[in-house]
Amino acid sequence: MSKKTLFDKVWDAHVVDAIENGPQILYIDKHLIHEVTSPQAFNELKARNIPIFRPDQIVATADHNTPTVDQHLPVKDDLSRKQLKQLSENCKANYITLYELGHKYNGIVHVMAPELGITQPGMTIVCGDSHTSTHGAFGSIAFGIGTSQVAQVFASQCLLLTKPKSLRVTVNGTLKKGVLPKDVILYIIAQIGTNAGTGYFCEYAGDVFENMSMEGRMTVCNMSIEMGARGGMIAPDQTTFDYVKDREFAPKGKDFEDKVAYWKTLPTDEGAIFDKEYTFNAEDIEPMITYGTNPGMGIKITDNIPQFNDASFEKSLKYMDFKKGESLIDKTINYVFIGSCTNSRIEDFRIAAQYIKGKQKADNVTAWLVPGSKQVESQIIEEGLKSIFENAGFKLRQPGCSACLAMNDDKIPEGEYCVSTSNRNFEGRQGQGSRTILASPLVAAATAIEGKIIDVTATNFVAEEI
Amino acid sequence: MEKFTTLQSTAIPLAIENIDTDQIIPARFLKATDRNGFGENAFRDWRFNKDGSVNTDFALNQKEYSGSILVAGNNFGCGSSREHAAWALTDYGFKVVVSSFFADIFKGNALNNGLLPVQVSDDFLKVLLNEIKENPKTELIVNLEKQTISVANTSFKEHFEIDPYKKTCLINGYDDIDYLLSKKELITQFENQRS
Ligand code: SF4
Repeated sequence: MSKKTLFDKVWDAHVVDAIENGPQILYIDKHLIHEVTSPQAFNELKARNIPIFRPDQIVATADHNTPTVDQHLPVKDDLSRKQLKQLSENCKANYITLYELGHKYNGIVHVMAPELGITQPGMTIVCGDSHTSTHGAFGSIAFGIGTSQVAQVFASQCLLLTKPKSLRVTVNGTLKKGVLPKDVILYIIAQIGTNAGTGYFCEYAGDVFENMSMEGRMTVCNMSIEMGARGGMIAPDQTTFDYVKDREFAPKGKDFEDKVAYWKTLPTDEGAIFDKEYTFNAEDIEPMITYGTNPGMGIKITDNIPQFNDASFEKSLKYMDFKKGESLIDKTINYVFIGSCTNSRIEDFRIAAQYIKGKQKADNVTAWLVPGSKQVESQIIEEGLKSIFENAGFKLRQPGCSACLAMNDDKIPEGEYCVSTSNRNFEGRQGQGSRTILASPLVAAATAIEGKIIDVTATNFVAEEI
Repeated sequence: MEKFTTLQSTAIPLAIENIDTDQIIPARFLKATDRNGFGENAFRDWRFNKDGSVNTDFALNQKEYSGSILVAGNNFGCGSSREHAAWALTDYGFKVVVSSFFADIFKGNALNNGLLPVQVSDDFLKVLLNEIKENPKTELIVNLEKQTISVANTSFKEHFEIDPYKKTCLINGYDDIDYLLSKKELITQFENQRS
């Protein structure tokens, strides 16, 4: 029998049919939706008089557009309120489960679904959002789709797709202290570029990912799209099973045991061939930071900005108001954002709290600490992290996408730098004219304390087990 | 969906690489709940200066350039999955986008909206950008049937790839939903076998 990759196994188990010389019909297990990319799909079905085929397999949340303060009050922005209302009405009319604003399960779609056990190994999962790749951390095939495809899944629980090529990124060795999963993925993207993954589905393999927590694996898979890949996956193992077990929608008892037995068959067969492979050493990775306007423009925090003579590169530096060859250390920073589906899980706040404990926020800094979900928010309070933040002069906000894409009021003012744990540093991503510097939650926390970028490796901070 | 067979038009050159969907349509314009009207805000922050005045340096605002073909730099459409990017471009009046590389999701979204992504070689892209800059009246001819793109009245011509199924859909103006609905029985069978 031919050797199969993790991706092959999950994909092949979901092919309903294939068109000769054309795409395959792929069955979708779970469809996640939110307020921004679903209304036009609902409208389309309505206009064509097509019913939603499998409402039970759809879960909705409100996240992109929601305010992160006073969530108990009516949403102030008219258009946002209208979009949220439409989501509620659409879900109600079509018998779709919705965790709306204020619900105890509300949160960013890619934080909420895994923590509820909706995300499971071996599944196919889609959402009208490119960071759906996050769920691949469980060994599922998860990817973002456009609104026309949202309508297709509504109508048929399937998608017409051409099977992507396979890519494997292996990182072996032991990470240095202070190097977080975010640094690993920023490092990989800086090495291979923002379109190295286009046309591919990526598997992350090697010691580094095997030893990583589920939260860390989610951070890594989340940013697969930033290297162009449709999705990323990590083979399910005991860490995965332990995480899924006993969650709200996870299979229970004998069902769970049966599933685990199946999940154990999913990892890539020894000797399976990938279309493309990259290998890196964990020891080469340092805390990372970006200096440009795409996520591939990243350097080690202590490195200088490279000197390329290229129009796009120069345009990017001009936007950021940085110079070739300059170091970012000691740059004054007035905004810090810890949040987004990349880094808003409990571990991210634990590491930030460890650094912040006993220190004071710099006066020049406005910091937004935005948990990924209501559940993360509760956990932050229960574990006493909230008081650590408050004692240091920080305020905790309520869950949502927030300053990651600045659709709500959390916008970085024009011309300001923001050290952000999110995933995109495009021009204006965090508000018109804003300048985003992507980094790990540790680097973000240190920036908020110092009011400038510092070399976290030179502090005597040693992360405890999180 | 509108049918697409051939198109002859002048083109607008946008020689910028890695144009992401946040530039094509910034997030603050994503609050609409229907598909129309996004053209007005296409490339909003590049078309207008900070004070609201028109940015005359930007190709879409330069009077000499017009047409329903956009010729853009490498890696067009990267970033977010927002289909609003494809809607903004079609609503603005584009029917074809040419680049030497397209991000996956954007490409799919474009095809689902009758916007044809034409992927050409780096060299051919250079030729196109040069020709248009030298003479903004230059017309490009896109023939979907033959899968070719050429510069009118010259010998510059290149073949482009497109998924045969998607090609049929575009030529006939039908979409994936029509096809999938015709397979419902098969899909239900698949579900039953699995459980
Ligand atoms: S947090 Fe940012 S990247 Fe994640 S789903 Fe929300 S907007 Fe998208």
